Amino acid sequence: MSKRSDMTETKNWSGQTLVTADHMLFEAPRSKHFMTGSEVLKEAVKRCTVDASVSYPITPQSEAAHLIGELWAEGYVGVYFRGENEFGVMSEVAGCAMAGARTITTTSGPGTLRAMENFAQWSGTRIPCQLILMARGINSPLTIQPDNLEVSYMLETGCQIWYAENVQELFDMSIAAFVVAEKPDVHVPIITVVDGFFVSHTRESVMLPEDDIALFPYDPNRAPLPAIDSETPPGRFLRDPFVMKSNYISYATHASWQWEIRSAVERSVPYARHYLKGLVHVTGDADAEIAFVACGTASYQAKEAHRELTKLGIKTKVIKLRTIRPFPEAELLEALKGVKTIFVPEFNVVGWLEKEVKKCLYGKCDANVVGGPRVAGGMSMPAEAILREVMEKINSGKGA
Amino acid sequence: MGTNIYKINPEFRDIMPKEIIDLEENATWSATTDKRGIKELPETKELLEEHSLCAGCPEAAALRYVLAALPKPEDTVIVNSTGCTSLMFPHIALHTVHSLFGNQNAVATGIKRVLDWRFPEIEKDVVVLAGDGATVDIGLDYTLQSFFRQENITTICFDNEVYANTGGQESGATPKGQVFKMAPTGKKFEKVRMWELAVTSGCHYSMNMTASAPKAVAKAVREAIFVARYLGPTFLNIYTPCILEIGLNANEGLREMKEQDKERFAAFKFVSPEAEELLAKLKEEGRL
Repeated sequence: MSKRSDMTETKNWSGQTLVTADHMLFEAPRSKHFMTGSEVLKEAVKRCTVDASVSYPITPQSEAAHLIGELWAEGYVGVYFRGENEFGVMSEVAGCAMAGARTITTTSGPGTLRAMENFAQWSGTRIPCQLILMARGINSPLTIQPDNLEVSYMLETGCQIWYAENVQELFDMSIAAFVVAEKPDVHVPIITVVDGFFVSHTRESVMLPEDDIALFPYDPNRAPLPAIDSETPPGRFLRDPFVMKSNYISYATHASWQWEIRSAVERSVPYARHYLKGLVHVTGDADAEIAFVACGTASYQAKEAHRELTKLGIKTKVIKLRTIRPFPEAELLEALKGVKTIFVPEFNVVGWLEKEVKKCLYGKCDANVVGGPRVAGGMSMPAEAILREVMEKINSGKGA
Repeated sequence: MGTNIYKINPEFRDIMPKEIIDLEENATWSATTDKRGIKELPETKELLEEHSLCAGCPEAAALRYVLAALPKPEDTVIVNSTGCTSLMFPHIALHTVHSLFGNQNAVATGIKRVLDWRFPEIEKDVVVLAGDGATVDIGLDYTLQSFFRQENITTICFDNEVYANTGGQESGATPKGQVFKMAPTGKKFEKVRMWELAVTSGCHYSMNMTASAPKAVAKAVREAIFVARYLGPTFLNIYTPCILEIGLNANEGLREMKEQDKERFAAFKFVSPEAEELLAKLKEEGRL
C-alpha cells in the first residue's frame, strides 16, 4: 500500500506525474484502447489521485467497484474497503470526504434508493465526493436490467448530476467531475450517471492519455467548510443541523443554507462548460424543425434515428444534455431555436426528462413536447421505435 | 496542528467572547497535562459550553465527564447521531459531526480511515457518542459492522432506555414490561444487552455502567479510547436516565443511577487479554 507522505511536489504517492485537469483532458497525447465502461472507470480513477473509495456489490456496477479495489491494492488509491450496504457505504463516503479525502463510490438502482437519505446529507455537508451511478431498474418485481428511473429520485438532492453517453464520455466526465465538484465556490457532490450494461458492460474504442500522469490531489484547505480533521479551529457550528436552536435565526439559516446549495450547483456552470466543452452537444441538421432532447444511451439511439430519418428526407437534430443538475436551460433554449416539435426518448416509465424539459420551456418556447418513446424494465429502444414515434406525430393517422 | 488551532489572533482578542479566551488560557490539552480528568472540572475551562438539555439531565453530566477524560482532545473527532445528545454537540469545542440518525459508526469509519491515511504520524482519536435509539435500533447494523471490521473507534452509548427527544417512545434498550409511548401495554421483549453483543462482535473492551460515579466514567472513557487507538473497537454503555420520561425531579437523577448500579446496569466489564496487556503497559508508562 502507498503512503500519502510519499507524495512530492511533482509526483503523487504512486509516482505519477501531477498535471492540471486541462492538461489531462485536452493536451496530453492519447492512444486508442478497447474497453468497457467499468474498465474505463478504473482508468479514470487511476489518473485522479483518489484518496478513498468504499464499495458494495450490486449489478451492474460491481465490476467497476472491484477494479477500484485493484487500484487500491496496486497503490493508486489510499483507502478502500467494502461497506455493509449502500446506506452504510454512502455514510462512510461522507466520513471519508468530511475528513478531507477525494472520494469516489459507485452504485445502481436499488442501492441508490437504499442509500437515499445520504445524498441530501452529502450536499448539505458540502462534500465534493463523486458517485458513479450505473443506472438499472428499481424493484418490484426484481429486475437487474437497464432503466434510469432512479435518476428521477436524485434530481432534488442538491447534488450535481452529469450524464455520460458512452465509454469515452464516462472517462472524461468522471475526471472533470472531481475538478468541478472541488472548486471552492461549488464544492457540492457530483453524480456521474451512465446507463447500466449499455455503458458499463459494452466494449468500445476509447482514447486515453498515458497512465503515468494524474490530477493534483484534493486540497481540503480550500474547502468552504473546514475538513473534520482537527486541523482548523472548531466552530460552534461545524456541520450540525440548525435544529439545535428553535428560533427565527436558526430557521432562516436553514432556509438560506438550502438556497446556497442550489446556488453552488448553479455556480458550477462555467466550469462544467469549460471541462465538458458545453453543457449540451447538438448534432444533426441545424435548421431542423424536429429535435430530440435526450441524455445517455437514449441520445445515442436518437442519433441513429436521425440517420434513418435523413434517408427519408426528414430533418432532425439531437440535443444531448450532458448536465441534468444544473439543468442547461440557456443552452437548451438556444439549441431549440426554430424547432417546432421536440421528442424526449427515455429509458424509464415516468418520463422524468420530459418533465424537466417542459418545466424549462414553459413560457419560453412554443415547441410542442412529445414525451416519448419510452422504454423501461430492460427493454431496448431501437431506432425504429423512435422513427415510429416521429412518423405517427408528423404523419398522423397514417402511421410509420 | 495540535493546540495551535486554539490560539487567538491577537488583533481579534478584544472582540472574542470570554469562553473562547478561556479555551486558550484555561482548557487542558494533552500537551498541557499528562492526565486530564474529572479532578480538573472545577478549575479548568470545560470543552462543553452551556447547553440546552433539561435541568438535572444526567446525560449532560456524563458528557462533561467524557470530555474531561479525553486523552487527546485537540486531536479527537466526535461523531454524534440524532437525539438528545445532538442538542449538546454544537456547544463542544472540538470537531464534531452530526450526519444522520443511525449512521454514526459508518461516518466515523470513513473519518478514522482517512485521518490515518492523511496523518499517519499523528494519533487522532475518533469517538462515537450516540443514544440508545441510534445505537441499538436504527444504527445497530452500522454499529456492529464497525465492530466486525475492527475499526479503531470508541463507541459510547448514552443509554436512557427511551426515545427521549421525540417524546418518550419505547426503544430496544427499554426494559421488558415498561410502558412508554408506542408500547402502551408495556414492552414485550427484553432490554437488548448491547454490551454483550459488543463482545461477541469483536470489541476489545466493553462496559455496562451508570454515570453515577464520575471518576469511574472517566477511567472507562480513557481506557476505551487507548484500546481503540492501538487495538480495535471498544464500547461503553452508560446509563443516563431521562428523568423527564420516568417522572423524576431534577435532583433525582443521581439517586436513580445509584439504584441501577445494582440492577440493570450492574457493572459488566470485558477486557480482552491483549487489551489487559496494553492497559498494564500504559499504566506503567504513567499514561493511565
